[in-house]
Amino acid sequence: MYSKNIKSTCEKRSRSTGNLRYSYKRHLREKFIELLLLLAAFFSVLITFSIVFMLIKESITFFQHVSIWEFLTDRQWTPLFDDAHYGILPLVSGTVVSSAIALLVALPLGTTIAIYLSEFASYTVREIAKPFLELLGGIPTIVYGYFALLFVTPLLQIIIPDLPGFSLLSAGLVMGIMIIPYVSSMTEDAMRSVPMHLREGSYAMGATRFQTAIKVVMPAAFSGIAAAYILAISRAVGETMVVAIAAGMQPNLTWNPTEQAATITAYIVQVSLGDLPHGSIGYQTIFAAGLTLLLITLIFNILGHLLRKRYRETY
Amino acid sequence: MSDEKKLEELRLVIARHKFWDLIFLISGMLALMIAILTFIALFTQMLIDGAPRLSWDFFTSFPSRRPESAGILSAWVGTTLVMLVTAISAIPLGIAAGIYLEEYAPKNLFTELIEINVANLAGVPSIIYGLLALGLFVYQLGLGQSILAAGLTLALLILPIVIVATREAIRSIPIAIREGSYALGATKWETVADHLLPYSAPGILTGIIIGLARAIGETAPIITIGALTFIAFLPPSPIKSEFPFVSFEWLTAPFTVMPIQMFNWVSRPEEEFQFNAAAAGLVLVVMTLAMNALAIYLRYRMRKKIKW
Repeated sequence: MYSKNIKSTCEKRSRSTGNLRYSYKRHLREKFIELLLLLAAFFSVLITFSIVFMLIKESITFFQHVSIWEFLTDRQWTPLFDDAHYGILPLVSGTVVSSAIALLVALPLGTTIAIYLSEFASYTVREIAKPFLELLGGIPTIVYGYFALLFVTPLLQIIIPDLPGFSLLSAGLVMGIMIIPYVSSMTEDAMRSVPMHLREGSYAMGATRFQTAIKVVMPAAFSGIAAAYILAISRAVGETMVVAIAAGMQPNLTWNPTEQAATITAYIVQVSLGDLPHGSIGYQTIFAAGLTLLLITLIFNILGHLLRKRYRETY
Repeated sequence: MSDEKKLEELRLVIARHKFWDLIFLISGMLALMIAILTFIALFTQMLIDGAPRLSWDFFTSFPSRRPESAGILSAWVGTTLVMLVTAISAIPLGIAAGIYLEEYAPKNLFTELIEINVANLAGVPSIIYGLLALGLFVYQLGLGQSILAAGLTLALLILPIVIVATREAIRSIPIAIREGSYALGATKWETVADHLLPYSAPGILTGIIIGLARAIGETAPIITIGALTFIAFLPPSPIKSEFPFVSFEWLTAPFTVMPIQMFNWVSRPEEEFQFNAAAAGLVLVVMTLAMNALAIYLRYRMRKKIKW
């Protein structure tokens, strides 16, 4: 109906110019291209749906064997043993401990760097430091894993003599340093979007740069900074190679950072390295673990996205 | 007397505040130094361990049981081919989606859904993409542990990066360019193809390079699809001597890539293999750093050159 209308208007219009076909064809081409572009954009939604579909599909068969209650409360995770236990808790504890250490490193350091670069540093320092931090963020995670295992762990063993060769501590520390650029660049973005006149007002009242940064700029940029922190959490939880290499792959229900333990991601890697038949229960466990991981990161991502959107709108 | 006392107190307060200012200045520099020092430590550690292994033979030998004769030939060939698949599939799709969201999309719920979705996809852990690929590409579509499956997996991973870069590059073009084009009778697509895309090309290119640099170093999703770690042969050549001169057999060939090869060597207990890992890591880091530096340089030049 719509295109018929268009056709008739095109005909009417081109009667005067005498170039009927051209105009109509042109319009068709426009619509066709728009459709192609729409499909491309829609493809990203398709990816999300297939991720969710795939994880849920395999997890459902898994949960037919294992009750959700057992999955959430059993204190052992030994799906590949004869005496199989399917409790996600040991993997969650490994993930929580390594992420907590990483955040303890990344959040204070990242925030300090962001405040320094946004409020204190001269133009030259900023122009050099920012690309450098960006390069640091571009280093492959496997290289950080190598660094954690062969440099940081021996270094820590000097301080803590009975630290094992694999530990949550060294993996977490390196992961924290890895996330610093991520935190600092997003926090700095949030702080720079605070309008200049707020700072000028504060300086006019006699405040120092530090007071201005802490009491004026940071509260004004609060939602942006919070978003940066939340996205950093999600990044730490989903990080794979550093923990797979440096924290060991032994599921271990512990809150002690000097022990070795597996995270959710490390478990998936461990299973994938072996040769599990398609459709076996071991194969399904990685999808159940993946679904748990996706749910955790999804919550943080959505929260971070909403907060970021809010600060973008305010200023 | 009391006035002087007050003045004295005030001076003390100011001095204290200035002191804290200085303390923070120093701690800010220290925090930055920690980041820089870590980088230096990481690089020197790899250089010390890996540099002696770097030779022409290292690039032209297959991995081997004997550490001193092992090399990364199959790894860098695999990385190149996988990146080719990734680039060919992610770039057109990402640019098209970016154009749609920035220029065509009406402001409605559906558009917002796509936008939230793209932002979320960028935050999904890479290993989840690996699980998707394992279920979808490897088993459902029957691609197996092939170069094609790995390339498509990494393409999904960098798609959000390309989309966001495209959108930001197009958004920075002033509205006057569009109006000028429309005023001369151009259609929407003509405006996009003849004006917006050429002007945003450096920005989009920057995003593509950063995305590909990330894809080169990704290990977890490739492990998840079950790529073999010991490959001592090359995929079939894409160029043939007889008609039609090109062959796509390599797409379905098993493969290994640089980070997988490095992971394999890192997890060996023998120390000699870890020297190999350091050497492979050095190559990997130099590759990603070079790509990132190129992207940063491009963006820097663009910012300097273009003044609307």
